[in-house]
Amino acid sequence: MSPADSAAPPLVVAEDLARYFDVSSPWLERLIGREPRRRLRAVDQASFAIPRGRTLALVGESGCGKSTVARLVTGLYRPSRGRVLFDGVDVTAARGAAGAAVRRRMQMIFQDPYASLNPRWRVGDIVAEPARVQAVVRGRAQCQALVAELLQQVGLHPDDARKYPHQFSGGQRQRISIARALSSAPQFLVCDEPTSALDVSVQAQVLNLLADLQTRLGLTCLFISHNLAVVEYVADDIGVMYLGRIVEFGPRDAVLSRPAHPYTRLLLDAVPDLAMTGRARTPVGGEVPNPIDPPAGCAFHPRCPWADARCRAEPPALWVDGRGRVVACHAVQEGRLG
Amino acid sequence: MSRVAAWLDSDLAWSFRRSPVTVAAAAVALLCVGGALLAPWIAPHDPFDLAALDLMDALAPPAWLAEGRWRFLLGTDDQGRDVLSGILYGARISVAVGVASVLLSALAGVALGLLAGYAGGAVDAFVMRVADVQLSFPAILVALLVDGVARIALPELAHGAAAFWVIVLSIALSGWVQYARTVRGSTLVEARKEYVQAARLIGRHPAAIVLRHILPNVTGPVLVIATIHLATAITTEATLSFLGVGMPATTPSLGTLIRIGNDFLFSGEWWITLFPGLALVALVLSVNLLGDWLRDALNPRLA
Repeated sequence: MSPADSAAPPLVVAEDLARYFDVSSPWLERLIGREPRRRLRAVDQASFAIPRGRTLALVGESGCGKSTVARLVTGLYRPSRGRVLFDGVDVTAARGAAGAAVRRRMQMIFQDPYASLNPRWRVGDIVAEPARVQAVVRGRAQCQALVAELLQQVGLHPDDARKYPHQFSGGQRQRISIARALSSAPQFLVCDEPTSALDVSVQAQVLNLLADLQTRLGLTCLFISHNLAVVEYVADDIGVMYLGRIVEFGPRDAVLSRPAHPYTRLLLDAVPDLAMTGRARTPVGGEVPNPIDPPAGCAFHPRCPWADARCRAEPPALWVDGRGRVVACHAVQEGRLG
Repeated sequence: MSRVAAWLDSDLAWSFRRSPVTVAAAAVALLCVGGALLAPWIAPHDPFDLAALDLMDALAPPAWLAEGRWRFLLGTDDQGRDVLSGILYGARISVAVGVASVLLSALAGVALGLLAGYAGGAVDAFVMRVADVQLSFPAILVALLVDGVARIALPELAHGAAAFWVIVLSIALSGWVQYARTVRGSTLVEARKEYVQAARLIGRHPAAIVLRHILPNVTGPVLVIATIHLATAITTEATLSFLGVGMPATTPSLGTLIRIGNDFLFSGEWWITLFPGLALVALVLSVNLLGDWLRDALNPRLA
């Protein structure tokens, strides 16, 4: 990061974000069975900042709250606590004209290319919808020109605008999703596992397209993925999530080459790598605990080889070590783990 | 022309051609509905033209029997009205009641189902509990209730004219539940899909999301329900008319004709009730078979 970059305020800031879901049984069952209300903590105490033009990748296992963070940042979910600032504007509080102005500048690409395009709409209408709703274009001719330009930008033919989504493959559908996301000329793009439903060969094409568009249009990105290889390719900064919390945060190379948190180490050990054949690996044992009833202390302690009594009792807070790594771990903080 | 060609080439058309029962049912249904629609032009007599009625023609048997006359192919009733013409005009009223009540209940059911499914929470709970209560009343009971209220509320003269709408309303009132439940279920599924989230993200109005995005994706099953409901509605109307709370004798439906003829069954004039009855069976059975076929043809798991 150059000094000029660090001087400019970040485009997106999440402050102490939390989102709880009520997963209680219906009230009659609760009454009869004398059950308490049950809350699922999908996201808790998540704070991060994304500087302009850079990509933050959130990684973690299934169910760790990555996608919930994506939906909180774009305003699809209202946070239970905390707030999201977009260019200084509180996204969750902005309503009406202010809300529309903020929304125009952010867009999202979804995970499932088969569910993210309305099967009854023509591709041209799908791609044009954000532009039309947010009045970026006026009139039929202008709209068609924009759709043609966007489709070409993502490597499709302008004539594809007349087709329906089912006439395309998964990779092509994801390109259509990208074209739709770009149609309102956003500055901030949230990608929620955009390649995890695709074939490996197609993943690379879509990732290259995204990287190319990002540099060309100067987009800021929040990239959600469970695939460390993908994250290594796209990210500037990496946040590692476990059970709704960010446990490690830092620049890509620092996190990937010198991971601090035991969970990050175990995740990296699990990545297949030709250069590392024969090396002893520590596999990630055990299952992700139930987020309705998370373990006391550090949420990772049941699976952590370095856990001690303090880990079982006291939840660790994020802490900046001497090498600039941000990590939430007693073992690292105490120096038990280098 | 290419649209016709494309339809003939579609899976639906293929499964239609492959099933002889369906083709036959479609032919019978077309005959019944066509005859009903074209009644004023193809019926040999006008059973509502009192001036043309002659009591001397009363109770004539079908043409092929000893005392039958070829003027009255299927015989006449006690007023001297031609049974064949009565059936054509009666089917017209039966089909009109069926179509109107199906349209009304589909409209109400789809709207309430979309509302319940998309709004969720208290709105959903309220609409669905009302539906549960509605479902616990048999259709006939609801119809008798509405008819009774209408008889008290409306003056004697107006009642004859309003009978059509009273019966449509009572059938629709018991029919909307099925549409609402099906559409609510599909709406719940669709509303969670990512294309709906994408529309919410750009700040589209909830009404626009429901009508432009969700509605086109939940109408498939509605067509199937509507076809089968059409047959049920026609039967319900016939039952009500047979019980004497449906269409009046001056504008008889198939059910009314069957009731009138029923009085003469034991005195030997069987044709007055048998032929309207057969027409009703043909109409309802063919529509039902079409509905069954449509349900199977549109079900991807049975293809």
